[in-house]
Amino acid sequence: MTNSIREIEGMEVIFIIGSNTKETHPVIANRMIKAYRKGAKIIVADPRKVPMVRFAELFLNLRPGTDVALINGIAHVILKEDMYDRHFIDEKVEGFEEWKKSVEEFTPEYVEKITGIPKEDIIKAARLYGNSRRAGIFYTMGITQHTCGTDNVNAIANLALLTGNIGREFTGISPLRGQNNVQGASDAGCLPNVYPGYQRVDLPEIKHKFEKAWGVSLSQNAGLKATEMIPAALEGRLKAMYIMGENPVITDPNIHHTVKALKSLEFLVVQDIFMTETAELADVVLPAACFAEKDGTFTNTERKVQRGRKAVNPPGEARDDIFTIMEISKRLGYPMDYNSPEEVLEEFGKLWPALAGIKYNRIEKHGIQWPCPTNDHPGTEYLYKGGFPRGKVHFTPTQYTPPAEIADKDYPFILTTGRNLFQYHAGSMTRRVEPIESHAGEPYVEINPSDSERLDIKDGDMVKVVSRRGNIEIKARVTRMVSEGVVFIPMHYREAAANILTNDSALDRHVKTPEYKVCSVRIEK
Amino acid sequence: MPKVTIDGRTIEVPTGTTVLDAAKMLDIPIPTLCYHPKLTPFGGCRLCIVEIKGIPRPVTSCTTPVSEGMEVTTSTPQIEDLRKTVLELILSDHPNDCMVCERAGDCTLQELAYFYGIRENRFAGERRIYTKRDGNPFIERDLEKCILCGRCVKVCDEVQGVGAIDFGYRGFKSKICTPYEKDLDCEFCGQCVAVCPTGALTGKLWAFKGRQKDIKEIDTVCPYCGTGCNITLHIRRNEVVRVTSREDTWNEGWLCVKGRFGYKFISSSDRLKKPLIKRNGQFEEVSWDKALDYIAEKLNDIKSKYGADAIGGLSSARCTNEENYLFQKLMRAAIGTNNVDHCARL
Repeated sequence: MTNSIREIEGMEVIFIIGSNTKETHPVIANRMIKAYRKGAKIIVADPRKVPMVRFAELFLNLRPGTDVALINGIAHVILKEDMYDRHFIDEKVEGFEEWKKSVEEFTPEYVEKITGIPKEDIIKAARLYGNSRRAGIFYTMGITQHTCGTDNVNAIANLALLTGNIGREFTGISPLRGQNNVQGASDAGCLPNVYPGYQRVDLPEIKHKFEKAWGVSLSQNAGLKATEMIPAALEGRLKAMYIMGENPVITDPNIHHTVKALKSLEFLVVQDIFMTETAELADVVLPAACFAEKDGTFTNTERKVQRGRKAVNPPGEARDDIFTIMEISKRLGYPMDYNSPEEVLEEFGKLWPALAGIKYNRIEKHGIQWPCPTNDHPGTEYLYKGGFPRGKVHFTPTQYTPPAEIADKDYPFILTTGRNLFQYHAGSMTRRVEPIESHAGEPYVEINPSDSERLDIKDGDMVKVVSRRGNIEIKARVTRMVSEGVVFIPMHYREAAANILTNDSALDRHVKTPEYKVCSVRIEK
Repeated sequence: MPKVTIDGRTIEVPTGTTVLDAAKMLDIPIPTLCYHPKLTPFGGCRLCIVEIKGIPRPVTSCTTPVSEGMEVTTSTPQIEDLRKTVLELILSDHPNDCMVCERAGDCTLQELAYFYGIRENRFAGERRIYTKRDGNPFIERDLEKCILCGRCVKVCDEVQGVGAIDFGYRGFKSKICTPYEKDLDCEFCGQCVAVCPTGALTGKLWAFKGRQKDIKEIDTVCPYCGTGCNITLHIRRNEVVRVTSREDTWNEGWLCVKGRFGYKFISSSDRLKKPLIKRNGQFEEVSWDKALDYIAEKLNDIKSKYGADAIGGLSSARCTNEENYLFQKLMRAAIGTNNVDHCARL
């Protein structure tokens, strides 16, 4: 997030696109409701009638995968009705004229045709967002999990730049992070092209800096992305994997494909708290401590580094991951000796100035948001105050491209996937919590009443959902949450795993994110 | 900004501040039951009554805004007598089972009864008897212990935006109802449990797991989504028995169903407890040394045969910053490859 959760309260307009905030980030939704009570206008754009729609001034029920068209359409109207922030653009942004041309074609009429949203609503959304200078955009995987995910994000950035809704309090672009430390894992350099702090591995001076710090020579080749490792394993280029605390069998697209790839490895190590579907395929399984059994820090979606504390002992011989990593490293001839997690964070801070001022003794009670370069720096609530670090940023033209799979004669429905309120991700945690499981322990496919009627499916009937990758049997839930022609399956349930159906060959061309949000399926009774 | 004098001490407060909040600023205690700092006040319980010069009757301090020159007295024999009477009336219709109540020791009503020394009750009489148990799996609703303060109704509507409950019936029969008095079926955020001043609302999960004695409280961060709500784990004998969140956290004490009730996986019997090596398709328990030596041997083998780039690592968005930092350092510095990623891109 460029801005902070606290700031939501002071926003005039909250534009939520591709985020089921009430179910996936309930406490952030509470902040939005607080803003709503103070008069903020909420716009929700989603293929499903998600619970936040109850608080929405405007609900844009778009077809899955048409976000770029919608956002460009909103930009088109803002330009046409002269609602944009000329001063902000002149001062801070490049490429305005060229980008302006790229949105010319996105008239409300054209966008209505692509998205299915009435053109009046597109204009209304543009007027709400475009006339406000205290407007924030919130999104999650509904934006990123597409073949055009990067375009979606760029289109959102363009919109914020166009209206100057960034770099000030109560504005910003806020991707809501889905895991407790997905921000921190990225910051820490668990990415194949960058070291800790997003410092590129292919820049010689950066490489030298890390070689000096770590006392070893490093590879200058960018590594494989997670979605490239699976095919690399299948092709025999990747021979061994070490997986710590992830369950790609359930969470990657096309489960059959993932299982085959992991089975073809010569050696697989999995470190986890449960015998997950991925661990079952491993040669060695190492028992790990969970969050309540170790000390450390987690960085939340607003860049706030917060202290996690050990409260109980791990079961049996389970150990925290720091111990395990240090022991493996020592045996590989590269001893790492840290007496405490605190020392690790300190080393991290020496290599990335944004973290340099965050020390355990400063975050005992309240976390600090990076960048925090010095020990007396209070942290940063919102980014880009007074300008962008690189000087001017630019508009990035984006074009609408349809999803990789669209509904056709054989597969007439669009399947979109996600989470529900009660279960969490691959389910290895929540499915072991009895009340959650008794309340929401059954997989289901949401289907619109007019579709179910046509197919003679009643609420609670077992149906077969078939895609080009595979099929699952699952209970039908007839609901107006989804529109006609769209079905939704939550990803949590191994016994009817949505990712048996999803498309692993459709990846975003820049960052290789799979298109979990759109694939075509048919429903059989 | 108006000036107010409370119990002889004067303070200047922002316009609109209530007498109760002004008293708080001066650290002058006024007893309350229905008041909650995050909810709109409604003056229901009548415990926060004070005397204000020039007003002939006591007024509720939680709903009275300060005006210029106001002179407030928070405690007089008459006020205390009225408060005690209110408490006696509430307690006359309250089950006397603090012995087995989950909230004993952490109950506002019990604490007030203690301060006002209420033991016998001159109003003993008819009691509301509710025997039907709500069948929802998360929240125990003991309506006999409900004092109708309305905090749960307000939090559900104002904070959570759900409105799963409301006051039903009238007078002595008043109670907090779900639609058609069916079992509670809501988002189960448990905000109502967090604000309940008595034992009327508690978590079913934490029944008979321990109250205050021998409970250790550890502040940490919720393990689920990226919001990073601050939570407090209540620990008894190496087991998490309850999860709460403090009101002074940035998340204001609010949690969701997973954060508040989703902690049982920690003590699940399914937890991995020993390193395992697969032999002939079967996992066998081994010592840590054996497992680690084996891993190092295999990784070294593969590295020398195919090169470091034949090895890939997936780190975890569930692990700490420190663990993630070390994981990529292991991949890059010890193994020699940039093949490291995690689920951020998924």
